[in-house]
Amino acid sequence: MMQTQEITLNMGPQHPSTHGVFHILLKLDHEVIREATPICGYLHRGIEKLAEARTYTQIIPYTDRMDYLAAMLNNTGYCMTMEKLMEIEVPERAEFIRVICNELSRIASHLIAIGTYSVDIGGITGFMYCLRDRELVMDLFEEICGSRMTFSYMRIGGVAEDMPEGFLEKVLKFVDYMPSAIDEYDGLITGNEIFQARTKHVGIIPPEVALNYSLSGPILRGSGVDWDLRKKRPYSVYDRFDFEVPLGTRHDCFDRFTCRMKEMRQSLRIIRQAVEQMPEGPVMAKVPKVIKPPAGDVYLEIEGAKGMLGYYIVSDGSNKPYRVHVRRPSYINLGYLSELCKGWKIADVVAILGSLDIVLGEVDC
Amino acid sequence: MPGKEMTVIIEEIREKFAGIDVDEKMTVTVPAADLLSLMRELKENPEYDFNFLTSLTAVDYPEHFTVVYNLISFRHGHTLMVKVKIEDKEEPAAPSLTPLWGGANWQEREVYDLFGITFTGHPNLRRILLDDDFAGYPLRKDFEWEGGRV
Amino acid sequence: MDLTKDSHPVEQMTNDAKVVDQFKRTIYLAPLEKLLNLARGYSLWPLGFGLACCAIEGLMCVQDPRFDLARFGYEVLRTSPRQADVMVVAGTITKKMAPYVVRLYEQMSEPKWVIAVGSCAISGGPFVDSYSVVPGAEKLVPVDVFVPGCPPRPDAVIQAFMMLRDKIHGKVVLSSAR
Repeated sequence: MMQTQEITLNMGPQHPSTHGVFHILLKLDHEVIREATPICGYLHRGIEKLAEARTYTQIIPYTDRMDYLAAMLNNTGYCMTMEKLMEIEVPERAEFIRVICNELSRIASHLIAIGTYSVDIGGITGFMYCLRDRELVMDLFEEICGSRMTFSYMRIGGVAEDMPEGFLEKVLKFVDYMPSAIDEYDGLITGNEIFQARTKHVGIIPPEVALNYSLSGPILRGSGVDWDLRKKRPYSVYDRFDFEVPLGTRHDCFDRFTCRMKEMRQSLRIIRQAVEQMPEGPVMAKVPKVIKPPAGDVYLEIEGAKGMLGYYIVSDGSNKPYRVHVRRPSYINLGYLSELCKGWKIADVVAILGSLDIVLGEVDC
Repeated sequence: MPGKEMTVIIEEIREKFAGIDVDEKMTVTVPAADLLSLMRELKENPEYDFNFLTSLTAVDYPEHFTVVYNLISFRHGHTLMVKVKIEDKEEPAAPSLTPLWGGANWQEREVYDLFGITFTGHPNLRRILLDDDFAGYPLRKDFEWEGGRV
Repeated sequence: MDLTKDSHPVEQMTNDAKVVDQFKRTIYLAPLEKLLNLARGYSLWPLGFGLACCAIEGLMCVQDPRFDLARFGYEVLRTSPRQADVMVVAGTITKKMAPYVVRLYEQMSEPKWVIAVGSCAISGGPFVDSYSVVPGAEKLVPVDVFVPGCPPRPDAVIQAFMMLRDKIHGKVVLSSAR
């Protein structure tokens, strides 16, 4: 008599499609998944404990290394939380520079998400195109702060330095060029039959489930829930810009992917408006040399590239924090993976995990 | 549809639940025994409609632990911070919010892993970020370790 | 047979200058090991093993159209350790991941080399004081080339590959690194 047996497969810490050191323990019934247990923590570096032994400004480089693909957003979130705690008002020019850097970082993060998703589905060419254009963004970042990936450019009270000569013209040149590149990706990746067959109607997340599991970012918007902190709870100077928030209709992997593509176009709109409205003035508020916030706690969220990025800081009045906690969107989005994978095949796990767009530095902190 | 103001909501829950404390930043501190019923009221009452649990974390103070919850109401746009004080520092425990929100699952596992606070009613309370056989709870203030600096 | 750059064994067989000249230019005699090292150095197959931020710069950006590791023949990133020569340790090694780093190194077949990219792989980097970080890849596997930086530019990683190639060819690396 024929029998089938359940096998356990390690989609191990070293795997080309897990976007880093991430481990999924799969229990399979031939190729269909009965149970998927994600195991994370292979990159847990103890940033929250290390932050308790550093001064407030020394924590800024640590925030870079959590979501290392969109580091400007991490820096901004932390600095805005500290400014809320110390009630500092950031000068307008610094706010506009922050918006430009944040949106460029969001574009860079989405380019990697799209490129690596294309590699996961099978076409390495899409990856090369996306990286070619990401190099243009990194050139701009190198001009403004000297580093390509771990910037530490934001400071509590503003930004570290003003923009160099001719920076805004280069930004406008990039903003003029980029929409044609996104059209290229639309033709190469989004319109590809194999890509659509592997991502449409796969990994459907209904909107009530997305809200119950605290998902946020392009995942929540791909499930049709209109929630973008830049519109619902405008922070910094986002209320002065005119942009749209793309939503999904089928709540599947393809919708989450197209949300990211459309968000890139909206980010370009925001950058163009920010360059046109850029005021003159200082780039740093009057902040004491040694930062000693009043005792108390504060929680603030911004719209990061992968979801809502929040910082909870408890201060005891000294120059080092008592507790720093980061509400990491990739970690919380990953909590739903085990439910989402049930019933699909192994190849679909790759498509689903790619559409969740996680960064292991942020998952493990 | 404009909902009630936060100050009105705070007054109403202060009347419904006797043991809670509210400070000047509108942070609600509730005893652990009332936590689940308060959260259920906040989530299911359509006038409050706090349907999104955005953050769950803990802090180790010298005399007690505090578990901090942050809620958002998508419909009305309100945010609320709720705290629970746990006096027992030897074997801290708090009720789990997994019956209400699936998003509490992994966040409570992280707090258990790093602080050692047990959440009663959690379906799968195991370590998540550290090795299963790691000794100790790193984010407690009395945790001692040797770093790699030579 | 003694082999030096100037003397060729054919000189002991004939005095005809034209024949000697042709032989010296077209026939290259060397110990077999040296030929094999030449082949190994020019076609390294890295193991795609990115851990953290340095993997983005050191493994992904180094293959993109601007920095193009494919010019040197090293773009064949294999995912299985059985098929790879070079393990590029890019990123922080935590104590939870350490056994797997050693296991992957042991699964690679000889000859094998290790490049440690980034300050976390050299010495623990900014996380050296942490309770869960291994202070450097040297504690686990023998490392051939260290690339400092946080993260290092892709150009630096390309230079590391070239230094490794020179090391495999038997050249004295430090003098030719300038």
